[in-house]
Amino acid sequence: MADSAYPISGPLERAPERWSQAAVLEWLNSWFVTVDHKKLGLLYMAYSIFFLLVAGAEAVVIRIQLIQPNMHVVSPQVFNRLFTMHGTTMVFLFGMTYIFGFANYMIPLMIGARDMAFPRLNAFSFWMTCFGGLLLYYSFIGGGGLYGDGNAPDVTWWAYAPLTERAFTRGHSIDYWALTLIITGFGTIGAAINVISTALCMRCKGMTLMRLPLFVWLSMVASGMALVTITPLTAAQIMLLIDRYLGGHFFDTQAGGSAIVWAHFFWIFGHPEVYVLVIPAWAIANEIIPVFSRKAMFGYPAMVAASVGVAFISLTVWAHHMFTIGMTSVGNAFFVLSTMIVGIPTGIKIFNWLATMWGGKIRFATPMLFCTAFVFQFLLAGLTGIMLSVAPWNWQLHNSYFVIAHFHYILVGAIAFNIFAAIYYWYPKVTGRLMSETLGKWHFWLFFIGFHLTFDIMHIPGLMGMPRSIYTYEANRGWGTLNLIVSIGGLIQAIAVLIFAVNLIRSYFKGEVAGNDPWDAWTLEWETPSPPPPYNFAKDPVVTSARPLWDIKHPDDPDWKYE
Amino acid sequence: MSATVAVAKMEPAWVLPSKGRVAMFCLIVGESAIFTIFVVAYIYNIGKSLYGPTPQVLSVPVFNTVCLLSSSLTIVLAEKAIEHGKIKRFALWWALTFVLGAIFLIGTGIEWHKLIYEDGLTISSNLFGTTYYSLVGLHASHVVVGLIALSTVLLFTLTGHVRREHAERLQVLALYWHFVDGVWVVVFTVVYIVGR
Repeated sequence: MADSAYPISGPLERAPERWSQAAVLEWLNSWFVTVDHKKLGLLYMAYSIFFLLVAGAEAVVIRIQLIQPNMHVVSPQVFNRLFTMHGTTMVFLFGMTYIFGFANYMIPLMIGARDMAFPRLNAFSFWMTCFGGLLLYYSFIGGGGLYGDGNAPDVTWWAYAPLTERAFTRGHSIDYWALTLIITGFGTIGAAINVISTALCMRCKGMTLMRLPLFVWLSMVASGMALVTITPLTAAQIMLLIDRYLGGHFFDTQAGGSAIVWAHFFWIFGHPEVYVLVIPAWAIANEIIPVFSRKAMFGYPAMVAASVGVAFISLTVWAHHMFTIGMTSVGNAFFVLSTMIVGIPTGIKIFNWLATMWGGKIRFATPMLFCTAFVFQFLLAGLTGIMLSVAPWNWQLHNSYFVIAHFHYILVGAIAFNIFAAIYYWYPKVTGRLMSETLGKWHFWLFFIGFHLTFDIMHIPGLMGMPRSIYTYEANRGWGTLNLIVSIGGLIQAIAVLIFAVNLIRSYFKGEVAGNDPWDAWTLEWETPSPPPPYNFAKDPVVTSARPLWDIKHPDDPDWKYE
Repeated sequence: MSATVAVAKMEPAWVLPSKGRVAMFCLIVGESAIFTIFVVAYIYNIGKSLYGPTPQVLSVPVFNTVCLLSSSLTIVLAEKAIEHGKIKRFALWWALTFVLGAIFLIGTGIEWHKLIYEDGLTISSNLFGTTYYSLVGLHASHVVVGLIALSTVLLFTLTGHVRREHAERLQVLALYWHFVDGVWVVVFTVVYIVGR
């Protein structure tokens, strides 16, 4: 009877393992419908790296156009679209998504949780953001509208009114731009809510707020800032759409509206946004620098306090983008001083990192190389920031290449460097294989040299009066050689990023097998197998100090004794 | 006996904040920023209209306001009822909340009808119209979202799906409704008292 229970006699044959159409569809489906924080984190990261490459390619075309005086590689109209799309893409599609990519993947692992607080909201946020990015790039096809007037936004990424009003920008390119920012904004708000709820409500036993890894703390601060910075932008975009579609008059000066109000609303978003982007970069440095210096983080509470301090101060500095628009002297003085005050908490952080490295047994693996470069580049970027916060200096240099050099020093020299560091650091956790150190070193040094060629030199044409966003320039200005060097640096960076891409793909197949904890690190994510199983932790971990893995590895000298 | 006390003192229960509440507070913070921008735009543009109807055409919606604000009270009573597991009482107060919110929305509709057809004020007629309809409309759209949520819960209650253990979720939803009411106090003050 037992033999005839099944219609098949003998052992069941497994289906042959091959990529049948059904298997591919199932695999694709698993990515589309997933609510797993790790898969969504990877989707965010893939999305952000994709748009880094797109916007990077746009930057390369911009640099080729400016390589020599009187070049006509692209038309002026295309040039305007390129720098608008470059800025918008880098900030909203690359910058905002890398934050949530790392936060999604790492926060539940670091706090010993099995998923984010709201997995489905998480998926919703990602797909909103994803749709927004597609919408922005669809404007190349659909932006012309019935008038055939321009096919992508060409109004710079701050899109000052009244240029964006219907009278001056026909077609639909601005509508795509505004809708993109509203939709990705919803995605951002959802993701930010999720990050804060997860970090506060999903911590494993013993993980008090002062034992939270600094990555989690700072991601939480950045998300809190995102809640109050993205929303004013959403409000301003709604107003813009009301003006464009319902005949409103918010920014219509002929009906008594004010174009300057747009500038205020935009920068109320725009300046804190820089900190929304850079705080996660600090978060990454806070994890990597202690591990590779073999020391506990110096001044944990100071780091937390300084980050929260920056979050609050940065909400009061926006009008330093508007000194040339004209304000009262009291207004100018307020924004000069508030901007300078930001230097205090950021200075505290730099001392935190230096003191962590000081006297440590530093291992200069690729992640640490990027983070070390970050500390010094971030300092320099901060110093030019203090220079630009001085109103008279700003009157002279506003909208010049000096400003471009300053903020790219932050966005590339601090943020992109740390994103690379983070990818090298966590790649073994995500894939189970280490990235190639040789290619990593090539990537670092080429990128480092290219970065300094481009952005150190770029300050000088700015000081000599070269304005930003210009299509081309005359030969007798003396900017030609400098721009040539800047463009060559840009190309070197592009080559370095290609090496990085090769490393990323090659290591997936041929990299050294990493094991659970290749860096001998201390946070909980290194306790799980690499890659982590869908449930993260077989047993809910219990934490006794800020460095739980140290306690496990050194039961004779655990951290909690010193807390 | 004393040993157990000592252990209890050493290992306090691991209590974390409710994720629903934290998330709703975050949403409220974000929404407040949106409203702040619209309120600032309204205040900045008071008296800047170059032509068309002025804020004098507005009449103070006292009845609407009383309805909306008292709906905050009824929803608190509903929260209390569900906490104690009194489903019928909960359904009653919850339905009353919905009705009060709906009255507010209908009242706004009547007010706008009068403004559009008698005073000729539309969103495009002048700067005042633009700022007025966008600010009050932003609030009204939040009332609509709230009413959809309230009616969904009401539907579940009437079909017998709401039980005592849902109290916390309903309280999270009620937070949103309190926020919508609180914002109306600001909007009312700015539009009908300061701006008129």
